Amino acid sequence: MTSVTENMVSQGGGARKSFIAQNPSVLWFLLALALFTLGVTVLSEATGSGVISTSFVKTLGKTLCLCLVAICMDVVWGYCGILSLGHMAFFGIGGYAIGQWLMYARTEIIVTQSLSAAAIPPTDQEVVDAIGTQIFGVVGSSEFPMIWAFSDSLFLQLLMVIAVPGLLALVFGWLAFRSRVTGVYLSILTQAMTLALSLYLFQNDSGLRGNNGLSGLQNIPGFEETSQATLSIVFFWAAALALGLGYVLFAWVTSGKMGSVVRGIRDDEARVRFLGYHVESFKLFVFTITAVVAGIAGALYYPQAGIINPAEIAPIASIYLAVWVAIGGRGRLYGAVIGAAFVSLLSSWFTGGSAPDINLGFYVVKWTDWWLVLLGFSFVAVTLFAPKGIGGLFDLIMIKRTPDRQGDYGPSEGAKRAEEGSVDVEDVK
Amino acid sequence: MSTLLEMSGVSVSFDGFKAINNLSFQIGEPEMRAIIGPNGAGKTTFMDIITGKTRPDEGRVIFGEKSISLLKMSESHIARAGIGRKFQKPTVFEAQTVRENLAMALKNPRGPFDVLLYRKSAKGGARIEEIASEVGLTEHLTRPAGELSHGQKQWLEIGMLLAQEPRLLLVDEPAAGMTPSEREHTTDLLVRLAEKHAVVVVEHDMEFVRRLNCKVTVLHEGSVLAEGSLDHVTNNKDVIDVYLGR
Repeated sequence: MTSVTENMVSQGGGARKSFIAQNPSVLWFLLALALFTLGVTVLSEATGSGVISTSFVKTLGKTLCLCLVAICMDVVWGYCGILSLGHMAFFGIGGYAIGQWLMYARTEIIVTQSLSAAAIPPTDQEVVDAIGTQIFGVVGSSEFPMIWAFSDSLFLQLLMVIAVPGLLALVFGWLAFRSRVTGVYLSILTQAMTLALSLYLFQNDSGLRGNNGLSGLQNIPGFEETSQATLSIVFFWAAALALGLGYVLFAWVTSGKMGSVVRGIRDDEARVRFLGYHVESFKLFVFTITAVVAGIAGALYYPQAGIINPAEIAPIASIYLAVWVAIGGRGRLYGAVIGAAFVSLLSSWFTGGSAPDINLGFYVVKWTDWWLVLLGFSFVAVTLFAPKGIGGLFDLIMIKRTPDRQGDYGPSEGAKRAEEGSVDVEDVK
Repeated sequence: MSTLLEMSGVSVSFDGFKAINNLSFQIGEPEMRAIIGPNGAGKTTFMDIITGKTRPDEGRVIFGEKSISLLKMSESHIARAGIGRKFQKPTVFEAQTVRENLAMALKNPRGPFDVLLYRKSAKGGARIEEIASEVGLTEHLTRPAGELSHGQKQWLEIGMLLAQEPRLLLVDEPAAGMTPSEREHTTDLLVRLAEKHAVVVVEHDMEFVRRLNCKVTVLHEGSVLAEGSLDHVTNNKDVIDVYLGR
């Protein structure tokens, strides 16, 4: 990093600054993340005093993964203006991809152990059949579907964590953006994508165990002797590292000229087109890279959650993702992190039964039932009264006044007319 | 002077209304051309066709020495081929600084990976400074474009057009909302540009057109009504009828 920074400084005149100087939030974010990680490490059961329980370390580790996918959502929506309501599908695919290896490899160990007691050593085919029966017995099958072809290879499954979400996003995005589908129509298409995927996976013959999903993912093959306390803190570190790297990656993507073009597409894509940029390629790039990172976040999330099933990629999951980003403040990466962490932790507090019920005399408000109503109202309130979300508070602290202009990101009213230069009905077709 | 852009027999209709009717037009390089015409004459549609926003129903539009057809090309491809456009009402990226606006327009490779790996160069910086001083925005480079006045936004958009280094410039009402001295500056700038480039100016203001001192094309109901010097066309009976009569 320093050599790059120096290089940029030495190369440039007064107007050019280093990446960190242009993006001070990156340094602050990494510092905060490092302190948080250190704090959790010192307080966890495996490596510290044990004030924080193992299950809460897992919750925090999962939250970091959610923060990472929220950053992806923010880049796609807050920066590029594509309201994707399907990004949790990529997150889920990442989880399924790593889950296949976890399940296969662990079942293989168990099966090998139980068969080794037999008088005649089992053949390889017998072992594979036994693994198949173990994994697919629950859906009344013992055959390995095609989709499990690589499940014995950690390397190939890790590759699929990246490749499958990436390819799906590439193909879907290419079809959608090429036909100039924008706005609410695109959002509906992405919802349809994630709905179709989850409905497909719900079927028993989808090859991924239908509504049972993949389970036992918290047991890492080869680390049977390692306690869950230790595994939880290791996964927490991995999630923190991924979040840090993801933040730097997307801070880089959304800064400089790329950031300029991407925000330009959000504000007035027709104008960007007339400047000679192929808008569809840029959207496809952003859509795909965020899908890949969302897949990685999912691959880190589900070994901590222990189970993944098709309900995880139901359309509502992606809508929550958009709510987190909106509440946190879109168009700024740390806003997405704050929103995801704040809302998901609050959600587990309310739905976990630890929030005190409110007795109104005539009615008792039970938070497990009413939390979603509260979340819905908060979303409406944030949209109406604080469009910058929680992240907007930082502007107040910095006393950074934003210029008077129409809308938050939009062009002036004059530029919104239905004639040349602005997106109008003609463009949607 | 060689022909840079040639349109022939171009027609386009919207829901049965013929916005452009068998229009033929050509411009050389370098050349300055003013296009005048009453409202609804098809001036904006004319520009939309050249820039790829509107596809004509028939006719052909060819550009450059290699006579490439613009009809099959996307908007961004046409822009990269060397056709720049300034819109009637200034459309700049208001949330971004003047410098960012200019940097985006600067002539450079436009692919996503080119842009991602783009490194600011001293040359590019100098070019931005040069353009900013040309359009009088040197002191405003770090301001968000949304803070600029209407006239300054016009200038910024002209600056963005310059930064693209197009061969053909389509300029829609460049002087709207400008003070007399700014108008004069705009005229000078356009005249200077027309020494090397092809410049098409759409303008209502006859005084402004007179100062451009160039060939004038009068559009009416989607086709060319008259062409020639300003004095020639203003003395044309058809033109007088369209502008004054009925």
